[in-house]
Amino acid sequence: MFRSTPIIRWRKYDERYSLVGAKCAKCGMLHYPRVALCACDSSKFSPHKFNGEGTLISFTDVGSGPEAFAEHSPYCLGIVQLSEGPKITTQLSDCKLEDLSIGMKVIATFRKFYTSGEKGAIHYGTKFTPKW
Amino acid sequence: MEMVKEKSLGIGIVGHGAYVPQFRIKAESIAEVQGADAEKIKAGLGLTEKSLPAKDEDTVTISVQAARNALARAGIDPKKIGAIYVGSESHPYAVKPTAATVGEAIQAGFDTMAADTEFACKAGSAAIQMVAGLVKSEMIPYGMAIGADTSQSSPGNALEYSAAAGGAAFILGREKKEITAELEKTLSFTSDTPDFWRRGLQEFPEHAGRFTGEPAYFKHVLGATNMMLEETGYKPEDFDYAVFHMPNGKFPLQAAKKYGFTPEQMKPGLVVNRIGNTYSGSSLLGLSAVLDIAKAGEKILVTSYGSGSGSDSFIFNCTKRLESVQNLAKKTEDYIARKRFVNYAIYRQHMELIH
Amino acid sequence: MKIGVIGTGLTKFGEVWDKSLRELLAEAQLKSIEEAKLSPKDIEMIFTGNMCAGALSGQLHIGAMASENLNLNVPSTRVEGACASGALAIRAGLQAIESGSAKIVQVNGVEKMTDVSTDQVTTALMGAGDEEVEGFQGATFPALYALMARAYMKEFGLTREELAAVPVKSHKHGCMNPIAQYQKELSISDVINSSMVSDPLTLMDCSPITDGAASIILASESVAKKLNPDAVWIVGSGQASDTLSLSARDSLTEMKATRIAADSAFKQAGIAAKDVHLAEVHDCFSIAELLAIEGLGLAKKGEAGKHAAAGYHYFDSKMPINTCGGLKACGHPIGATGVKQAVEIVHQLQNRAGKRQVKKAETGVTQNVGGTGATVVVNVFKR
Repeated sequence: MFRSTPIIRWRKYDERYSLVGAKCAKCGMLHYPRVALCACDSSKFSPHKFNGEGTLISFTDVGSGPEAFAEHSPYCLGIVQLSEGPKITTQLSDCKLEDLSIGMKVIATFRKFYTSGEKGAIHYGTKFTPKW
Repeated sequence: MEMVKEKSLGIGIVGHGAYVPQFRIKAESIAEVQGADAEKIKAGLGLTEKSLPAKDEDTVTISVQAARNALARAGIDPKKIGAIYVGSESHPYAVKPTAATVGEAIQAGFDTMAADTEFACKAGSAAIQMVAGLVKSEMIPYGMAIGADTSQSSPGNALEYSAAAGGAAFILGREKKEITAELEKTLSFTSDTPDFWRRGLQEFPEHAGRFTGEPAYFKHVLGATNMMLEETGYKPEDFDYAVFHMPNGKFPLQAAKKYGFTPEQMKPGLVVNRIGNTYSGSSLLGLSAVLDIAKAGEKILVTSYGSGSGSDSFIFNCTKRLESVQNLAKKTEDYIARKRFVNYAIYRQHMELIH
Repeated sequence: MKIGVIGTGLTKFGEVWDKSLRELLAEAQLKSIEEAKLSPKDIEMIFTGNMCAGALSGQLHIGAMASENLNLNVPSTRVEGACASGALAIRAGLQAIESGSAKIVQVNGVEKMTDVSTDQVTTALMGAGDEEVEGFQGATFPALYALMARAYMKEFGLTREELAAVPVKSHKHGCMNPIAQYQKELSISDVINSSMVSDPLTLMDCSPITDGAASIILASESVAKKLNPDAVWIVGSGQASDTLSLSARDSLTEMKATRIAADSAFKQAGIAAKDVHLAEVHDCFSIAELLAIEGLGLAKKGEAGKHAAAGYHYFDSKMPINTCGGLKACGHPIGATGVKQAVEIVHQLQNRAGKRQVKKAETGVTQNVGGTGATVVVNVFKR
């Protein structure tokens, strides 16, 4: 059963649902996801909610995803640079491979990721779609 | 003309938001599999296609998207939302509330009352009434009500042509300068009527055929609307828009005919033609479509319907602020116009993932 | 640094149905001891690289398994760094000898991958990335390398045909290596037309699922000189880390950790990139080979694809790469790969590589990667 405990996902709800990362209290650098130590060596942060806009840096598709993702296959995957700076790995939804291009604008959307089987929890989070 | 005016409730919508998935299936694609005459079906049901969720969408994700759009229009701090109620017949969990996930996803904070509601297709409008009570009684400053569904229908059944996916969210408040549509009055007409139901472990609902018409839909929709007109003294021509629950494209027009509502009054809210019946989202998406284009001073009548049975009726009066928030989020029509067609096999593949 | 490799051992690489994890490991262990003309009791310390035995066989604690195989009570430790586990085990051995903790160390690598479904393997391998950032998004390893491939193709104009030259060359080499998983040549169109795994990478761009084990015996300089006049010397070793997830890296089109590890290893070995005669690099996916070649300084950024297409990387050409067939054709039993790379370089420098012998091979380099570049180990070998 793929990562069947929902607890490992629960503690990141604000990060996953609302794109909440961290802003370094010392140098102002923005991080997503949260980190323990900033590049400037400070470990003090305040929460920062990213606006959900970004640019597609690269993309691909997963024809047959592993285990829990199998029923969602095929799906597109990419690396998005959030408008405020950090880069993230994200599924790309509501699109086919041919709709995507490096440099296109994308926006955040709230989607389902996988379920831990028929009896298990349903896991949600943020994916990105081409901006429309 | 003299109108019986109730004392103003002093509350109303401060932000509304819609969400309809991108995917559509044409009536032709379903008729082909059912071995039916597509043109007859389309004419009989008054719809050409319906929406279906993406593989990664469900009632929770639709509710969150609609809620975020409503927040964008309301422009308030989500922490001030004191209650969230989500109505649906397709909550992903039988036990674990959609409302709690919506609350987390909009960052409403711990200080929130929340629950999910069920009353077939009027679960969402019932939620609006619940929130209205909490806001009017000043127990909370703002409350959110959502109606959303990813309706299931069994292969070969007539409901296959119309059971669709979508939802709308409404934030209610009582700050006069924030209200976009003042809630003038709301009432309900309820009875125990066995027209359509789904037992706990069943995947698909049952319906009682022609019994779903007169003794069910019409009795309650007309019952509630009549009560509303009597108690307020309004006449149909006093309204700029009328929205009725849309199980198909025909029933709401038949109800409209009884009152003499014109096509101009009905058209803006008649979303069913191109997206089907979004169940708990149906009349609410009709309302959000109207709010997207209405002008200050215009009056809206909404009567929902939920099998089992009941109808909730509302009168809203649009304010100047409504016009300034319409463009702050994607409109109902933006979602309706955004479409990607799939064939029957893909449609079934998507619906397999709805729990 | 001057540490001798005085014995090597390899099992067959492929779908070895009749051998278990333990049996594969033991086979390689006994072979390297035999080649070194030692007795098991001469082994003072053991390091064994392995990534997936926990997920796929429910077996952790491989260190104890390796010493038990030899009936020893010596210090024996499992080393893990995803696909770099093998080379990391070598580093642990080098450090043990450098520190004087041991004079004769056996370094092994083993993986048993074919007992479970492809699906389970794909899921287990995702542990080489960042579970929360990449795993949650369903980012498989082919997908992550495909993201690099697409970005690289856009930045440097690498064509699909040029990229295909990599596995074509690897399979040619594999046919000359008796223990390689694949003994079949490929054409450019075979590669391009094989089924798409993660656009633009096809099945033939991806290393396979393989069982196998590899083993080497390391000895301090004085012991090696006494025991084996033909010993090959490890004269430099470098290791570097980078972010677990691909998205947190500075660049999608170069592997920073390769450059840092290579700089460190080359400096220690007193060599420059131009002194390298041949290299075993981590071609888990075809694009990875190009990134490795550039990271080692064997080609300028953006040029490795052109070199591959021009045939530079064949055993008898300008810069022999992966003469054993690489991960693609020889196979990729994860934990064993880093050690197998060392075995190939040792055999080449000892003039025993048979049909695929590189002429006048004096200085060889291995590059072993963990994940998408979060760990890289570079070792330098000299005649």
